Amino acid sequence: MTHFLDVDALTMRFGGLTAVDGLSLKVRHGEIHGLIGPNGAGKTTTFNMISGFYKPTSGEVRLRGEVISGLRMHEVARRGVVRTFQHSTLFAEMTVLENALVGTHMAFRPNIFAAIAGWDREDRRGAEARAREALEFFGLDHLKGELAGDLSHGHQRALGLAVAYASHPDVMLLDEPFTGMNPEETRGMMDLMRKLREDGITILIVEHDMQAIMGLCDTITCMSFGKFLAEGGPADIRNHPAVIEAYLGGARHVA
Amino acid sequence: MRSVIFIVLGACTLLALPHGLSFSQQEILVFLTINLLLVSSYRLLTLTGEWSLAHVVIMGVGAYASALYSKELGVWVPVSILLGGATAALLAVLLSFPLFRMKGFYFLIGSFAAGEIIRQLWKRFRDPFGGPKGIKGIEPMPDFSIGIYDFDFFEPVSYYYLSGVVVAVCLWLLWRIERSPVGLTFHAVHWQDKLAEASGVNLRAYRTLAFAIASGFAGIGGGLMAHYVGTINPNSFDVDLMVYVLTWAIVGGTGTFYGPILGCVVLTVLNEIVLRELGFEQMRPLIYGLIMILSILFLPKGLESIVQHLVTRRSEKGVKDRRAAE
Repeated sequence: MTHFLDVDALTMRFGGLTAVDGLSLKVRHGEIHGLIGPNGAGKTTTFNMISGFYKPTSGEVRLRGEVISGLRMHEVARRGVVRTFQHSTLFAEMTVLENALVGTHMAFRPNIFAAIAGWDREDRRGAEARAREALEFFGLDHLKGELAGDLSHGHQRALGLAVAYASHPDVMLLDEPFTGMNPEETRGMMDLMRKLREDGITILIVEHDMQAIMGLCDTITCMSFGKFLAEGGPADIRNHPAVIEAYLGGARHVA
Repeated sequence: MRSVIFIVLGACTLLALPHGLSFSQQEILVFLTINLLLVSSYRLLTLTGEWSLAHVVIMGVGAYASALYSKELGVWVPVSILLGGATAALLAVLLSFPLFRMKGFYFLIGSFAAGEIIRQLWKRFRDPFGGPKGIKGIEPMPDFSIGIYDFDFFEPVSYYYLSGVVVAVCLWLLWRIERSPVGLTFHAVHWQDKLAEASGVNLRAYRTLAFAIASGFAGIGGGLMAHYVGTINPNSFDVDLMVYVLTWAIVGGTGTFYGPILGCVVLTVLNEIVLRELGFEQMRPLIYGLIMILSILFLPKGLESIVQHLVTRRSEKGVKDRRAAE
């Protein structure tokens, strides 16, 4: 059986540094899959390779059996894999609704000639409906006229997700979505992610917040120093000796 | 209803405008009209966040192409102007391959180099570009009559009407593009190119599209100019004029569609009419520079910020009045 998203022996070298070394993991359709590891383990690098931001040195990423590694970021996005960014990467100078409208770019591809002639009214209406739907999903519809840069941190994170969600993704890659959130915001965000899963979206998530990861993920992959360390459900990972050693430091590794 | 009245009034003003002016002022008016297209098309490129120093040279590409098509191939002048625009757009697509490997300052310098190369090619090749002396005796626009008005295109007033209509149509097209989802995508590419790309936007394609559209309209502007002046040479499109375009855009402000237009009109009127009338013949560049420095110091967001300020104050006042009435 081919897996939905299949990361196969992915390797990334920056000069002499091997940031990710032969990492393999399989993401099943419709699950929330966590990718954890200590700082510098290569999680974000892995993410950047899957989303097309980096081209891997070797190895492959396959989506439904089709190789997507090495494609440019917009080409990966057009195959249904949409990522969010660390921090609040948004179109800060544009309104919340306009941010979401950019997210609908793939579903309603702008056509310049139709736009000049005014034949794209249907498309514009459709795009706006989809953008509003995405904003409502994340509880942002009351803010749609505000500038994205003026929103609170929690709302900005939610808007980042809404922009990605507006494009009807199959897979969402979330890069540290809980950073800088208070426990209440974190809980709200976790609920939203469960809602996304119910919507049939597969989620791959990189995160430091252990509590959130353990409470949310169906499967967790742990990596350390660029290498695969362990995989399993939250309970397995929590009690896995190699994971505990990686986080707390085993005697042999303490120099 | 009120907007219709405004448009009619505005059109009447523009129609009547040249009749109150001297001959040389009428000529300036023609150039001003063409420059409006130049600076507005430049703004479309700046929407994607890239500033080019080749825009005037690309306008020259349109001028040379249009002049050569009509002179060498006997193409009817109105068609050759449009073909000149198309040629400029096509050249922009070709230039985009090397130039859009760069961003920001590197693109700025790269575009300057590309523009200079084009200018050197015009100087180097006497056939067909005429070398340093350029092209002389360019076909004028054929005269025609629409019943109530006889167009004689050696008259600046006639040419003003013609270029006014052409430029108005082009500005309307530019405005439609900016207000469309394509324009929104340009903004997205400017503010966060990585996030735009993650949303499926092909960055290279959109940067090239903006560059090609801007160049195409600049080329039409160049064609309009070539067939009015009748002679063009490589120095008609040197970096001096480019600096003027940048000044209009910066002093006017590039945040809104009307910003660069405002900058172009105000600065041209100030430079060519007010300062001339006041008798500052030799001192004009000095005072012009001073005005620019002052405007950047005191209006860093451009002339458009004054308009925005007035509009918001008026609408706030309107809201207050309505509240008071309730």
